[in-house]
Amino acid sequence: MTFSKAGMVAVAGTAALMLVPLVAPPYYASLMIPFFAYAIALLGFNLLFGYTGLLSFGHAMFIGFGAYGTAVLAGVLGVRSFEVVLIVVILAAMIAAVPIGLLCVRYVGIFFGMLTLAFGMLFHSFLFKFYHLTGGDSGMRIPRVKILGLEFASYNKIELLAGPFYYYCVALLVIAGLVMWRIVHSPFGLHLKATRDNARKAEYLGVHVHRFRLAAFVISAGFGAAGGAILGFRIGIADPEIVYWTQSGQLVFMAVLGGFSNFFGPIVGALTFTILQDQLQSLTQYWRFILGAILAAIVIGFPTGLAGLAVDLTRRAARRSTT
Amino acid sequence: MSAFANILLGGVFHAAVLFLVAAGLQLVFGVQKIVNLACGSFYALGAYFGITLVGYADSFGISSWLLLPILIVAGILLGFIGPPIERLLRSVYGRDESFQLLLTFAFVLMFQDVFRFIWGANPRSLDTTYLIYGTVRIGDFGVPVYNLLVIAAAILVALGLGAFLQRTNYGRILRATAENRAMAEALGVDVRRIYSAVFTLGAVLGTTAGALVVPTAAASLDMAIEFVIEAFAVVVIGGLGSIRGAFAGALVVGLIRALSIVYYPELEVLATYAIVIGVLLLRPAGLFGKQPA
Repeated sequence: MTFSKAGMVAVAGTAALMLVPLVAPPYYASLMIPFFAYAIALLGFNLLFGYTGLLSFGHAMFIGFGAYGTAVLAGVLGVRSFEVVLIVVILAAMIAAVPIGLLCVRYVGIFFGMLTLAFGMLFHSFLFKFYHLTGGDSGMRIPRVKILGLEFASYNKIELLAGPFYYYCVALLVIAGLVMWRIVHSPFGLHLKATRDNARKAEYLGVHVHRFRLAAFVISAGFGAAGGAILGFRIGIADPEIVYWTQSGQLVFMAVLGGFSNFFGPIVGALTFTILQDQLQSLTQYWRFILGAILAAIVIGFPTGLAGLAVDLTRRAARRSTT
Repeated sequence: MSAFANILLGGVFHAAVLFLVAAGLQLVFGVQKIVNLACGSFYALGAYFGITLVGYADSFGISSWLLLPILIVAGILLGFIGPPIERLLRSVYGRDESFQLLLTFAFVLMFQDVFRFIWGANPRSLDTTYLIYGTVRIGDFGVPVYNLLVIAAAILVALGLGAFLQRTNYGRILRATAENRAMAEALGVDVRRIYSAVFTLGAVLGTTAGALVVPTAAASLDMAIEFVIEAFAVVVIGGLGSIRGAFAGALVVGLIRALSIVYYPELEVLATYAIVIGVLLLRPAGLFGKQPA
């Protein structure tokens, strides 16, 4: 995909997102906040999965870092600015990811997945069991904080989420997208792809495979924590459920649903998943079954995901119009 | 001292159940190279169906002495779900591991709602009929004989599986297929049938374990996703693909859980994962797995 085409997709997508609060009722606009959280987290996840070829099955851990970090900073230490919270949790998650990453990136494939899963569950059981520190299964409350130094005291929670905070998230997603676009199109990104496609050859050409994998791991942790902070702000509570392994599975689900081989795939996946889950939940209590069936169908029939499907269709349409 | 023995026996009971599920996981991984996240769902399915079948047996006036055989039959009957699920998995053989994991994750999601649909959202349990087998008194505590029977059954399965894989012709064919699929196929092995049979056997081990545990613990919607994580810990500690590893890993996990619940409950799950991480780092192929070249 050339820059102009990708840029057009990005601008059109951003414009469409900006329109949502204007046309949809506030409730629906506030429902979109988890989408932004997951989309940002998935941009990082996909640097690891799509570009570096490492499937993390414990990525919800970093979302948990973000949410619990927000709870500690805003709830316990009384930090009132969301920007400060965001920066601190991103840095903290990246620092925490260094030792974990050092241990994990020695492996690829199923062992990497299992190791990340084990770390995720380790963190989950820590949150769950150390009641006096983390509030156990009732979690930690996240108070309302200022965004851009503004209180928005006259807004209730839904109005805040559907109005100012919504646009704030659009901006965050655009920034995250631009940063990630820079990363994957830099020589650094090329190094990552080289280690994914043939680690031995890359090593032979002088790429420090472990170092690059570690860097990807740490960056993806930062994106995950940013997503977690947004999610925490939306829910108002950080509870152990958000780091359970099924949540990590859900992240992988979204990435594959959207298509992990496409830059925009994770964002498409997060959007489709958020809307689909909300609609299915209001339709039937058996929504998990339907989601599972969809996942199975995608894995078996459309491994390139929705983004891959879209690219395929446009290409086919283009071919038809030229002949 | 006798309290300590009691704790140990509780741990061994848990280990016995863990071993059955983990053995199924190992068989499927060893032959098909697929890590089956749905093994926990088979376990839960066995538990629910065990309750239903015992209920039917009760209403037909079958003696409660037959509880154990009825539960085993329940586990084996559920083997019929193996072939169709294996048929779906066939589409991802040889593809990226992430796709295989995700497809089994899809099964986990679907199974959870199947349980909710058939058996409802509330936990289900059997009454205390399993005490009909009596309890053995050792010192000042009693162990239900049922628990000992389950432990014995697990040991029998372990020995039987070992003998089957090492001594019988079919077992040799299985191992040959696991070792080199293409060569086995070239020598005339019907690999499709082997895969289907192995997956079914793995599923039956899981469902039987679930059915056996249900007299002592309730069946709930969360048991599938909770148990699969423990079974994972077992196979990682023991080494992927090794039945002996599953045995050792199950003992480690079962005993550690039992001990930490008594001495330091906060560490119950934490200790297990700490060991998993330790093993993965020091011996990535596990205690009994083949070290990767």
